[in-house]
Amino acid sequence: MKNLHDLTPGLVVDDSTASGLLGDPTLGGSFDTKSGTLKWVRLRVLLKMPVQLTAALWLVSLVVVALTIAPLFETAANVQNLEVRFLAPFSLDHGWLNVLGADGLGRSELGQLIVGTRTSFLIAGGVVVVSATIGSAIGMLCGYAGGWVDASLMRLADVIVALPTLLLALAVLFVLGTSIINLVIVLALSRLPVYMRTAEAQTRSLRERTFVEASRSLGASSRRIIVKDIAPLVLPTVLTLAMLELAGVILAAAGLSFLGLGLQRPDVDWGTLVADGRSYLTVAWWLTVFPGFAIALTALAGNLLANWVRAMGDPNQSGRLVAKIMPKGNREPVDK
Amino acid sequence: MWAFLGKRLLYSAMALIGLTFAVFVLAFLSGSPARLYLPEGVPQSTIDLFNKQHGYDLPFYQQFVNFMLSVLHFDFGQSLVDGRPASTVILDAFPDTIVISVIALFISTAIGVTLGCIAAMKPFGAADKTITFVTLGAGSFPDFWLALMGVLFFSVQLRILPTSGQSGLSSWVLPVATLAIAPIGSLAQVARGAMVDSLSAGYIQSARARGYSKWRLTFRHALKNAALPIIPVAGNQAARLFNGTVIVSIIFAWPGIGAVMVASVGNRDFPVLQAGVFLVGVSILLLNLVLDLTYSFVDPRIRVS
Repeated sequence: MKNLHDLTPGLVVDDSTASGLLGDPTLGGSFDTKSGTLKWVRLRVLLKMPVQLTAALWLVSLVVVALTIAPLFETAANVQNLEVRFLAPFSLDHGWLNVLGADGLGRSELGQLIVGTRTSFLIAGGVVVVSATIGSAIGMLCGYAGGWVDASLMRLADVIVALPTLLLALAVLFVLGTSIINLVIVLALSRLPVYMRTAEAQTRSLRERTFVEASRSLGASSRRIIVKDIAPLVLPTVLTLAMLELAGVILAAAGLSFLGLGLQRPDVDWGTLVADGRSYLTVAWWLTVFPGFAIALTALAGNLLANWVRAMGDPNQSGRLVAKIMPKGNREPVDK
Repeated sequence: MWAFLGKRLLYSAMALIGLTFAVFVLAFLSGSPARLYLPEGVPQSTIDLFNKQHGYDLPFYQQFVNFMLSVLHFDFGQSLVDGRPASTVILDAFPDTIVISVIALFISTAIGVTLGCIAAMKPFGAADKTITFVTLGAGSFPDFWLALMGVLFFSVQLRILPTSGQSGLSSWVLPVATLAIAPIGSLAQVARGAMVDSLSAGYIQSARARGYSKWRLTFRHALKNAALPIIPVAGNQAARLFNGTVIVSIIFAWPGIGAVMVASVGNRDFPVLQAGVFLVGVSILLLNLVLDLTYSFVDPRIRVS
């Protein structure tokens, strides 16, 4: 068993997308295959990898918490109760809400963490959606148009990449002031080049393909070609990329909040909680440790899944992985 | 070669102009520069006078040309706090940042590449799984939190390392570790990927057939070719290291660019902020240019594409 793709003759593997996600600057995932076979194998591989499966479940449950019960904790998290000031964690004497301790004003740490989950995911999700949409749109237009428009916008991407996120954030938030919207704008701006470059590179190679030429000779407008012919092929790569970006964005947002450039009370996210806890590091370790753990576990889960996606997208690695994890008799969809 | 060099220099020049423009536009994002430089509630006549004195009443393009000229002289105006030239304030802080960044980058490259090589020797084996998990973890922990945990454990509990300041060798341990841990993760990942490819190459098979030990194969034969994709990643870490130095300056009171820029935000010191954004951006662009040229020098294929 050398290569997963060799064994699936029915699969049309695009040369621009089959190149592995790892080490390839164009970052082409092979998710655009119409056949469900490969996806099915991937899913079954995931089910056999306990660590990655746990990571996926952790992320899914956080999203569920953020979408369902988090708003219910909005008030509970802000109730100040001086009786439980700096209450140590892991005791149920003051109700289950204070099981993870309480902060200097007696606010429940668990409640704040749950509310923080919601804001952290809203910000990260917002950043990923905004940057992926705008970035891939610009990238596709650039790749299709070519010429100086392409060259100059790609140089702009170079400038953004050269600027550290924090530098950009310091500068822009200094001038515009801090708010959730500005935070999302800054982070989305700093993540824009990733999508621009990927979409541009893919569009540039797709533009030369016969099916695009066929559309053009049938009289399709540029807009129609981009929307109907190119976008459907670029989209899967962008979606994969967006997933890979989530962990990094959560970390970046937390970092800005920690520096006081992100959210400000009464809004809370995990970064704000670590920043608040920092002043009481010697008195109340739980105020720093728990929110930090929340950030780290989520970023780790995101990175583990991203790593798995990358390994599956790389023909050099996916074959080995499938061969190692799937017992012989269990490989019919591949071996058919 | 010369065509490539020319093209690459042209790209850098374009990026530089883009950066200058961005720094220039910053002052207008808030509405008017007068709002940034003058205290609140000054009468309109003062604002008009200020605009006239600094040329803010000129057409936009003319202002940009003037700004470019003053940037060429490294003139960003004076710090609103102590009246020193803003570029001097930033340049004075540069050495501290560079020293700690270089040390951190060196340590993280050494550790990251070694781990990546060991992981690639047997893909998806036990060592690979452990190293992948550990390095992914290293890249997942927020640096500010790791720094705080380091303080909590080594300074507060064990009392073996100072919490902040620059006094003796022991005060370097936590700041350098904070900076080095995240890059170790990404460097090990990239090194692993490059080494997996490199180790499956034909010349490695033939070397293996000749009976070289696997350590010699990995670290002497394969690593040379795998080093190529690792170089630009090490360069990309430079931008990330800047983020780290800001965190380090806050948690460990470490002097440097990060500290100066955070202070400039606190003091509403716009010229210093502008000079900082520009100089950090320029140095990272320069670093990338040097790395690209080195890269193309080592691998002639790059020059053609």
